[in-house]
Amino acid sequence: MEETIHNVVCTVCGCCCDDLEVKIKDGRIVEVKNACAVSLSKFQNYNNEERIVKPMIKKNGEFKECSFEEAIKEASIILAESEYPLIYGLSLTTTEAISKAVELAEALGGVIDNTTSVCHGPSLIGVHDIGVVTCTLGEVKNRADLIIYWGSNPVFSHPRHLTRYTVFSKGKFRKERKERKLIVVDVRRTATAKMADIFIQVAPNQDYELLSALRMAIKGEEIYLDEVAGVPVNKIEELADLMVSCEFGILFFGLGLTMSLGKSRNIDAALSLVRDLNEKTKFLIMPMRGHYNVTGANEAIAWQTGYPFAVDFSQGYPRYNPGETTIIDILNRGECDAALIIGSDPAAHFPVSAIKHLTKIPVIIIDPHKNATTLISKVVIPTAITGIEAEGTVYRMDGVPLECKKLVEPPSGLKSDEEILTEILMSVKKLKGEEKLYE
Amino acid sequence: MKVKLITGRSLQQGVGKEAGKFSQEYFNNVAICELDPNDMEALNISPGENVMVKTKFGEVVLKAVKSAHSPHKGIIFIPYGPWANLVIDPETHGSGMPNFKGIEAEVFPAKGEKILTLIEVLEKISGGK
Repeated sequence: MEETIHNVVCTVCGCCCDDLEVKIKDGRIVEVKNACAVSLSKFQNYNNEERIVKPMIKKNGEFKECSFEEAIKEASIILAESEYPLIYGLSLTTTEAISKAVELAEALGGVIDNTTSVCHGPSLIGVHDIGVVTCTLGEVKNRADLIIYWGSNPVFSHPRHLTRYTVFSKGKFRKERKERKLIVVDVRRTATAKMADIFIQVAPNQDYELLSALRMAIKGEEIYLDEVAGVPVNKIEELADLMVSCEFGILFFGLGLTMSLGKSRNIDAALSLVRDLNEKTKFLIMPMRGHYNVTGANEAIAWQTGYPFAVDFSQGYPRYNPGETTIIDILNRGECDAALIIGSDPAAHFPVSAIKHLTKIPVIIIDPHKNATTLISKVVIPTAITGIEAEGTVYRMDGVPLECKKLVEPPSGLKSDEEILTEILMSVKKLKGEEKLYE
Repeated sequence: MKVKLITGRSLQQGVGKEAGKFSQEYFNNVAICELDPNDMEALNISPGENVMVKTKFGEVVLKAVKSAHSPHKGIIFIPYGPWANLVIDPETHGSGMPNFKGIEAEVFPAKGEKILTLIEVLEKISGGK
């Protein structure tokens, strides 16, 4: 039997491209159309030798395969007995699963954080301070005549962003490349910079200075210097003129701003720049969110707790204090005594000091594939892959929710993240004597 | 040579990540250091030779790659991943975010030195198996 499923939502980056065509023959994916290189790699490799199909528990340093019941039980005991457990990851799963994870964090009196902490956490902190003027990607596609990527290289990180939503997209009112200007600000001449009409090479860690100089230029104030952040002042003034004279501008910013010196203050400056610009023209700003449902993680955690990430339930109510309740800080200080990781690989992406603490505590990981974190885990629970073998809601980077589909059956016995988290939650409540409350 | 270290995403890192964290593709695409061609000349390093990157926080041996995004004199780039972790700055300055970019570093030729595998990196961090 052969069928083609249309309008499939891609579950790789925050673009959440919803126009994939997936051909299925005898229950297997045989062809994928419209996908970028990273998405194609996902479809080609999701069932490779690194796929885990059986749950495992580590005993005396060796992994032993076990049943799902045993793995859920072991995980629940570790979590229920822990004083200050940490739940982390959650940007590569469905919003429904994230919602369950919040309930679990509350039941445990632990901390729940998502990968926002190490990507656009500073952006959200900036938004708390300043507010944000934003829009949907559809508006950008139809109207934007000036597009800026600052500290972001979408050709690599969000490969179809330019063709679907910005300079190469065919919008209602802006149809051709020549009707839009592309400006790239980065420390290197990236692949995206090479396509730009104007490339501004900013010195590392000096984005705040450049943003501030731009704000001055936009207000018509004189800058008594030859250059700022390695950029000649006449170029800054030229850029300011372009920004003021556009009809609909958008500033997309990436981790070049959030991970460099200044962090949330860089975002404050960028948000303020866009606010200033709105006194003269229409200008918007949007973070280039990385994983396909990192935005959903912020949404779901915020509905339930009031805060978008780094939420601590140890006092019995939700507390949020980035720098204190964020995963890197908790690990650096060696505070948590167990961790549940869902769809993330912190052991491959955290600084050494943070990984070191993870190797000292019992870690439970829910993930479809082997990764650096599975190696240091005590309990490994394999899962069906969201957007291929499991359905659910994901949030595109502009906050638009999309339904991702189940295309094929998962390997026998594998459940969705949501189902596994529900089972752990029920088991934890039982262990803590709260099962009646739950029912 | 004193440089500023930037870590970040690359298309090849993304493709390698989906191919699998233990795949040769991931190793080839991530255990690398991109340098400005002029800096490579000054250091007397050819593409494909190994370099050592040292920061206040650690050191790592990587394969030198000629940057396709030059000129960026004095800036080196390592893709996100286990190798970059060994040299990034864990300090969050109260923001939750470590310094992944703009870190002061030094780069040296390291022709004879071996690049650790992902498993060896983890063993190094945890201090044994």
